[in-house]
Amino acid sequence: MATPDRLSYWNKTRSLMFVMLGLWFFFSFVIHIFVNGLNNIVILGFPLGFYMAAQGSLIAFVIMLFWFARKQNAIDEEHGVAED
Amino acid sequence: MVTTTTGTGAGDSFTSNLGRVYMMYTGGFIVFIILMAILNAMGVPNRVIGYMFMGFTILIYAVIGIMSRTMQVGEYYVAGRRVPALYNGMATGADWMSGASFVGMAGTLYLLGYDGLAYVLGWTGGYVLVAILVAPYLRKFGAYTVPDFLSARYGGNVARFIGIIVLFSCSFTYVVAQIYATGIIASRFLGLDFNVAVYVGLAGILVCSMLGGMRAVTWTQVAQYIVLIIAYLIPAIWMSTAKTGIPIPQLMYGSALQNISVLEAAQSISPGHITPFAHGGFDATNYFLLIVCLMVGTASLPHVLMRYFTTPSVREARLSVAWSLLFIFILYFTAPAYAAFAKWTMLDLVSSGLTPDNIADKAGWLMNWAAADGTMVQICGQAAVDAAAIAAACQEAGVTGNLAFSDITLNADMIVLATPEMAGMPYFISGLVAAGGLAAALSTADGLLLAIANALSHDIYYKMIDQNAPTSRRLVVSRVLLVIVAALAAYTASTRPSDILSMVAWAFSLAAAGLFPALVLGVWWKRTNAAGAIAGMIAGFGITVLYLVGTQYGLDLAKDTGDEWALWWGVKNVSAAAFGLPIGFAVMIVVSLLTRAPSQEMQDFIDDIRVPRGRTIMEEKTV
Repeated sequence: MATPDRLSYWNKTRSLMFVMLGLWFFFSFVIHIFVNGLNNIVILGFPLGFYMAAQGSLIAFVIMLFWFARKQNAIDEEHGVAED
Repeated sequence: MVTTTTGTGAGDSFTSNLGRVYMMYTGGFIVFIILMAILNAMGVPNRVIGYMFMGFTILIYAVIGIMSRTMQVGEYYVAGRRVPALYNGMATGADWMSGASFVGMAGTLYLLGYDGLAYVLGWTGGYVLVAILVAPYLRKFGAYTVPDFLSARYGGNVARFIGIIVLFSCSFTYVVAQIYATGIIASRFLGLDFNVAVYVGLAGILVCSMLGGMRAVTWTQVAQYIVLIIAYLIPAIWMSTAKTGIPIPQLMYGSALQNISVLEAAQSISPGHITPFAHGGFDATNYFLLIVCLMVGTASLPHVLMRYFTTPSVREARLSVAWSLLFIFILYFTAPAYAAFAKWTMLDLVSSGLTPDNIADKAGWLMNWAAADGTMVQICGQAAVDAAAIAAACQEAGVTGNLAFSDITLNADMIVLATPEMAGMPYFISGLVAAGGLAAALSTADGLLLAIANALSHDIYYKMIDQNAPTSRRLVVSRVLLVIVAALAAYTASTRPSDILSMVAWAFSLAAAGLFPALVLGVWWKRTNAAGAIAGMIAGFGITVLYLVGTQYGLDLAKDTGDEWALWWGVKNVSAAAFGLPIGFAVMIVVSLLTRAPSQEMQDFIDDIRVPRGRTIMEEKTV
């Protein structure tokens, strides 16, 4: 079962998962810790700290997921394990 | 007119023409709204408009439900696994956005300002976890239900049964709240008695899920998504245009935030709308813990995960999570704008000089809401049923002259529904918003009921009681159970259980602590074994239930009797999984390491679910 190709497939899949998890952690928590500082920056009336929680992080999540679907699919195809 | 556009709703011609069918449906719905606007302008009574909005939308859902009826097991449980990623994303959006999201979210943001954004973040970011950790692997496994996976991975019916208990406890309270929301909307806009309205809502739910199972629910949810998103966007766009002249509320509410800050300062309201970690007891710790619990809960709720069992492939399942979040995002990034415009409108109203004498002219809608339900609007601490009552209450409270913003207490659940009146929009917008709220509540209730009934019929009846049950009997059992669970939920809702509504937020913590470690480690750590998983699920779920019950009721199970536990380290019980989740993981890992590693056969099984190609592992005859 665990052929070398399978192993390298799973290693790449796992790395991608950890990259996504890191980004997720950043946009879910890290950025919002600095809300007070970011609120001093105001763009189009939006204090930046408020904006990140209301829109910024959400946009990041959506883009991340479409990117992930593409990237994981490329890994599948590269290792010949994509569905027909 | 609207009904004829969905008339081609069944069979393969339907799945190959999805785009065209739903475009026509959307066009038809917009024509219907315009028709209502014209009737409204011609002086047709409000109640008639309300009935038309409710009646037509429910009729459409019923027609789709009847068109999609099925007697095949695979169609009934997983819609034949033929739902394209984009449509599954829309259906998940409707499945996900409950009556509470639609009706309550903007209200919560109105009241809590920045701190309410924990809900916005928590209810969106969880989809990242769904996509990277769970959904594609469960799809490859080919389960019909989440307990199916637990049983296959953790050697049998003990794990399956614990999964069912977690599933039932988080889904049932949730479904009661949906039926309750349906009752509130129907009684407010149709003038029905609340108890009658609850059963009217029930009928609307059953007609879809009972006839066609997952297949009917899927295509109805797509239709419901379209209704609810239009109904949510139009009032927000209206307010943005009226206040700023530009119809893009999500971009323009920056100026609303500026104006709110100025008006708040003028009326010395503190803490302000944008001030973080200051409202409703949300300090920074509770703010972040709530985000964790909601996100992890999202990735564990069975009625959400089972939507990804319906896609044709693993690849489509991943893409479908992305589409789901995009469709959910459209509502959730509008909610803060909705809240800001509503708050600006309200602050404007108050600063224009509101007194008990002129309130009937300036804001008669406040009194209509208070008359319908005294808890919705209180002024000077009393239900604001009419001008005299307000004058009396304010005199007693020692408020003289103009009312202050803080004298008026609005309930979070009325703000979205009342905004059209607050901002002076014509009545047909109110009818539209009510239809949207109804669509949100019905679609979530459908998904939840199906999750519960499937667990009972597939996991308990078929897998645990009678493995030789013929297909036809399994489907009959499933439908009977669906009706029983639904009737039970409607009965519970009709008793107006205030507690159950606060328990909805608990559903996320229960699902997170009970299921998340077992699902994630089951895929990502081969060493997890049955003993570890069972111990971890019991420990995580047990601690969470204990903390919730202990802090809410105390061990005598009655509220406000003085034996309620103090909060541990000040963690609000809405984030109870803050304890259950790490404990669940820790117990699962430690017990697994102390007991024997899973068999080679099980390790091969895990290898199989990790790659998209190859046979679906749990394939079953579908006829």
